[in-house]
Amino acid sequence: MQDEPTPIELTKSVADFLRNDITPLISGHQAFKLRVAINILDLVTRQLTREEGSDAAEVERLRALLGADGSVTELNRALAERIAKGEVDLSTPGLAEHLWATTMDKLAVDQPNYASYKRELGRGG
Amino acid sequence: MIEAELSRSVRRWCKGATGVTGAAKLSGGASQETWRFDITHPDGAIGAILRRSPKGYGAAPTRAAGLAAEAQLMQLAFEASVPSPRVMHVLVPEDDLGTGFIMQRIEGETIARKILRDDEYKAARPHLARQIGGILAGLHRLPKDKLPELRSRGASQEIAEFERDYRSLNWPKPVFELALRWLRDHDPGPSTETTLVHGDFRNGNLIIGADGVRAVLDWELAHLGDPMEDLGWVCVNSWRFGEIDKPVGGFGTREDLFAGYEAVGRKVDPARVKFWEVMGTLRWGIMCGGMMQRFREGPDHSMERAMIGRRASETEIDLLRLLAPRGS
Repeated sequence: MQDEPTPIELTKSVADFLRNDITPLISGHQAFKLRVAINILDLVTRQLTREEGSDAAEVERLRALLGADGSVTELNRALAERIAKGEVDLSTPGLAEHLWATTMDKLAVDQPNYASYKRELGRGG
Repeated sequence: MIEAELSRSVRRWCKGATGVTGAAKLSGGASQETWRFDITHPDGAIGAILRRSPKGYGAAPTRAAGLAAEAQLMQLAFEASVPSPRVMHVLVPEDDLGTGFIMQRIEGETIARKILRDDEYKAARPHLARQIGGILAGLHRLPKDKLPELRSRGASQEIAEFERDYRSLNWPKPVFELALRWLRDHDPGPSTETTLVHGDFRNGNLIIGADGVRAVLDWELAHLGDPMEDLGWVCVNSWRFGEIDKPVGGFGTREDLFAGYEAVGRKVDPARVKFWEVMGTLRWGIMCGGMMQRFREGPDHSMERAMIGRRASETEIDLLRLLAPRGS
């Protein structure tokens, strides 16, 4: 077990420093790059916060859908192959729900301000 | 300094021109650059744009039409009253500027978010979807016998090509698989009519002013194909920049787009437009994957490129909204 502060707390402290202390000092193209850098750190913080829980739920759903076990990567590969072969499609019970849940979990990390995501979140996640 | 070469060049083909000032690079990858500058002329300065591949970068990527073809297409569009800059000069070896062309500079805005939010464009916005319909109709009518040599691409070839691009990323994405499957199942086959297709007609590639669309830019993906491709691409959610209930570039409705297109005697096939919208959404998603790959392996190790890789999930949610919509 590693010591604390946790990676989430450490990453967040760097992002906050750049946002609050450095942003006012920088302009032009460097300011744009700084904004991208802060966005990256915020994304990493969101992923570190959510990934464990969302991956576990995803694996649970994939096991039920595929009747097989494996890592989240292996199971995604298996699902992709089955869809490509036409063995699984939108008429397969649980597929649409699984893809929606997985995609919503990705957007929560990648781009929580994306308009389509916010609209779908308003439908109850 | 590029101003020296530009000055020598303009003196050769622009009557009365004495030189150039204010040359500034607007954008540039490794192989293609865009510069703005002013031609000094006794009647007043003439705003100009240079698009070029610097020396040593002659070969265009496989999908690109090439700068010579771009110049020809813009000039044809200009002559047919499709909003387009006038091409002033196609570079020749004596210019010592590489390959490319010089065109008239048209003032206006290309940044999509400004066009969608700034007051300056408020009066124009409600008319843009219909105007875009009319512009696309004009573009699809450009005389085929005058077009430069262009690659020809139908729906089936595009599906195969995107599938190959996607598989080469080794990036298993169940939503993309679902979209590929849907595209194969809904492949409309060859279109009854083959026309010029702009290939990247969208909010962001249009110069817009308070009076509406002033110019269509970025013809590098022009090809021959199904005219409905352009109508589908302009509706892809990624080009609505947050205005998701206005499918045409965040400006307006499909009905307005179609009405503008049909007002000049051309016919819309809405099922084909939907097919190309799905295709376009997947296309941008796969391009995001390509950015990730270039960030990882290639020379462009920038943060911006890395973050575009993380935008693939935006196209996944948009594909689900198109293919597996949830109750409203």
